[in-house]
Amino acid sequence: MKVEFDYTRSLGPVLSRFMTGLRDRQVVGGVLEDGTVVVPPPEYDPVTHREISEFVSVGDEGVVTTWSWVADPVMDQPLAEPFAFALIQLDGADVAFLHAVAVDSPAEMGTGMRVRIRWAEQTTGSITDIACFEPVPDSQRFDTIAEPSESEPVTRIVTPVRLAYEYAASPEESKFFRGLAEGRILGQRCPVCHKVYVPPRGACPVDGVPTTDEVELPDRGTVTTFCIVNVPFLGQRIKPPYVSAYVLLDGADIAFLHLILDADASEVRMGMRVEAVWKPRAEWGTTIENISHFRPTGEPDADYDTYKQHL
Amino acid sequence: MRDVAVVGFAQRQTKEMDGSPTCVELLVPIFAELLEQTGWTKSDIGFWCSGSSDYLAGRSFSFVSAVDAIGALPPVNESHVEMDAAWALYEAWIKLQTGEADTALVYGFGKASAGVLRRTLAMQLDPYTVTPLWPDTVSIAGLQARAGLDHGIWDERAMAEVAARSRTAGTENEYAVRKGVTTIEDVLSEELYADPLRRSDCAPVSDGAAAMVIAAVDSPAFATLQRDGAAAVITGFEHRVDQITLGTRDLTRAPSAALAGAAAGASAVDMAELHAPFSHQELILRRELGLGEGVTINPSGGALCANPMFSAGLVRIGEAARRVWSGESRKALGHATSGPALQQNLVCVMEGRS
Repeated sequence: MKVEFDYTRSLGPVLSRFMTGLRDRQVVGGVLEDGTVVVPPPEYDPVTHREISEFVSVGDEGVVTTWSWVADPVMDQPLAEPFAFALIQLDGADVAFLHAVAVDSPAEMGTGMRVRIRWAEQTTGSITDIACFEPVPDSQRFDTIAEPSESEPVTRIVTPVRLAYEYAASPEESKFFRGLAEGRILGQRCPVCHKVYVPPRGACPVDGVPTTDEVELPDRGTVTTFCIVNVPFLGQRIKPPYVSAYVLLDGADIAFLHLILDADASEVRMGMRVEAVWKPRAEWGTTIENISHFRPTGEPDADYDTYKQHL
Repeated sequence: MRDVAVVGFAQRQTKEMDGSPTCVELLVPIFAELLEQTGWTKSDIGFWCSGSSDYLAGRSFSFVSAVDAIGALPPVNESHVEMDAAWALYEAWIKLQTGEADTALVYGFGKASAGVLRRTLAMQLDPYTVTPLWPDTVSIAGLQARAGLDHGIWDERAMAEVAARSRTAGTENEYAVRKGVTTIEDVLSEELYADPLRRSDCAPVSDGAAAMVIAAVDSPAFATLQRDGAAAVITGFEHRVDQITLGTRDLTRAPSAALAGAAAGASAVDMAELHAPFSHQELILRRELGLGEGVTINPSGGALCANPMFSAGLVRIGEAARRVWSGESRKALGHATSGPALQQNLVCVMEGRS
C-alpha cells in the first residue's frame, strides 16, 4: 500500500528569500534582532517575535558541529549510499543547520571538519538544491559568498511525500477477503445486539465486543443513499458522471459503498434494488474488486421502512 | 484544582502485531480489562480521548475506526489528539478540571511496524527545509548524542549504563519487547549501528496500545470504584515545548522538560518513569528534571524495552501509577516526549492516597 502526495506550499516573504537564494546557488541567512545570523532564516524572531526582514548571504563552506552516521539510508534521503547527517555552521552564520555530508565511512567524519556545498545539477528553489556537503581539504579554503541576484523570486515549492505500508488483514478481514475469492460475501454478527456487519470489523461499534458469528450474505440489496460524481479527480477510474452508493445487502445491518453502473445516473434513487455484477471468475482475487459494480435488478423499490434505520 | 486520580491502566506491547493498523483487536480487550479493574460499565465513562496518527496507520481518519472498540452507541463524548496519548490524558484531565466530566478513559495506539518508522517520523519536522531531506529519527538522535559526547556532558559508558539497566529491568516486564540481563560491557562490546549510537541505545520499533481511566476524587463515580490499594492522585501535570529547529537549540539540553518538571513538582518524587527512546535522552531528562541518586528510574525498563508510538508516553504514566497503587512509590513521576530530540515534554506527578 503506497500513499503519495505532492504538497504544494506557498513560501511567504522569508522562506521565499531563502529558496530564491538556493535556486541562484547562494545561501541566505536571516538576521535576528540581537544580530545572530540564522540559516535557514526563521520567519519570526524567536525572542521578540518580530518578522525577520534583514537578510545576508553566507558562505557555501562551513564547519560540522555534530554528526551521525547513516549506515542504511532510507528512501528519498540526500544520498543513497551510506553518508553522514550533520549540523553544519556556514561561514558567516551563527548557528548550524541540518544537511548531509558525502563521505565513504564514519572514519572520514569529525566534529569541526570543514565542508563545502555540492550543488544539485539543476536548482529550482528547494533545500535539495544543496545535493549534499563534501569535505574541504585545508589547502583548498576559499571564500565564495555569491552576489545577491535580482532574478524572479521563488514563491512556491513542491514537497513530494511517498510512504509505503504493509497492511495485515485482521482475522475478520482475512475471512472476508478469502470469501470474496470464492465469490461469497461474508459478514459477522454481534453476539450482543445481533446486528450483521459487512465487511466485518474487529468489534461491534454499538457494544464494543468482538463480532464472532460468521454470516453469508446474498449479493443483492437496496440503495440507501447515493451521490452522483460529476467532478474529475486524480486517480479517477471511471468517466463522470457516475454513481457511488451505499448498498444495504439483504440481511446486513450496515451498508457499504460501491458503484452503481448499467443505469443512467439520473435514474438511481433511494430504495432502488440492485445486484452485484461480478468480474469473470478468472480475474478473481482476495479483493472487493471482484465485484465490478452493482446494477439495478428491476424489482420494485424497497419499502422505506425496510432501510430507514440505516440512513 | 480538582483532585483527579489515575484509577485504571492496561497495556499491550509487541514487536509486530499481527493485526490491522486500527488496533481495534488490541483495544477491545484493553477496555474490557479497564472496566473490570474499576467495576464500571461503559456508561460510567464521561469522556473518551485518544492519541494516534494517520501517518502511522497509512489511512485517513484511522482513529475513527478505533472508536468501534468503544461501542459508541448511544454517542459518547469523544476527542482525539495526533500525539502520544499522554497528551490525550492531559486533555482529559483539563476536561475533568472544567467539571464537564467526572471520569475519562484515555487510550493510545499505533502499529509502527506497518511502515518504516524512522522514516515516517520525518513527517513531524519542518516541511519546508527539513522533511525534504528525510532525516530519520535515529540520525537525529545521533546528532544529539554526539553533541553531548563531544562536549563531555556524558560518555559512552553512561549511555551504556542506561541501556544495560533498562534491558535488565525489562526482565520483570511482561510487555518488554527487548529484555535480558545485560551488563555495561555487553553494551559497549556491540558495534556501532548509527555512529555514535549502538542498537542498544535505540528503542526497538514496537506496536501496541494502552489505556487509562481517571476520575475526579470528589465525584459520585469515584465512590463506586471497586479496587484495592491507593489511588494515584495527580498533584502536578504540565507540558512545554522547545523550538523545532535543531540548529538553534542546544541539543544537550531540554529546557521544556526542566520547565514542565519544575511546574509539576518533579523534585519531590522517589520514582520516575521517563520516556527516553534513546539512552542519552534519559541522561538529559534526569538532569533537567533534577532527579538525584535516590530516585528509582524506569523500573519497567522504559522505552528502550518497548516504545509503541502514541502510547509509550501514556505507558510511562501508567507504570508510575501502578507503583503508587501498590505502595512501592509514595510519589512518582510519569514523563512523555514527542517531536525530534526531546522537543516536547510532559510531566505528570502522582501521589498515593487511600
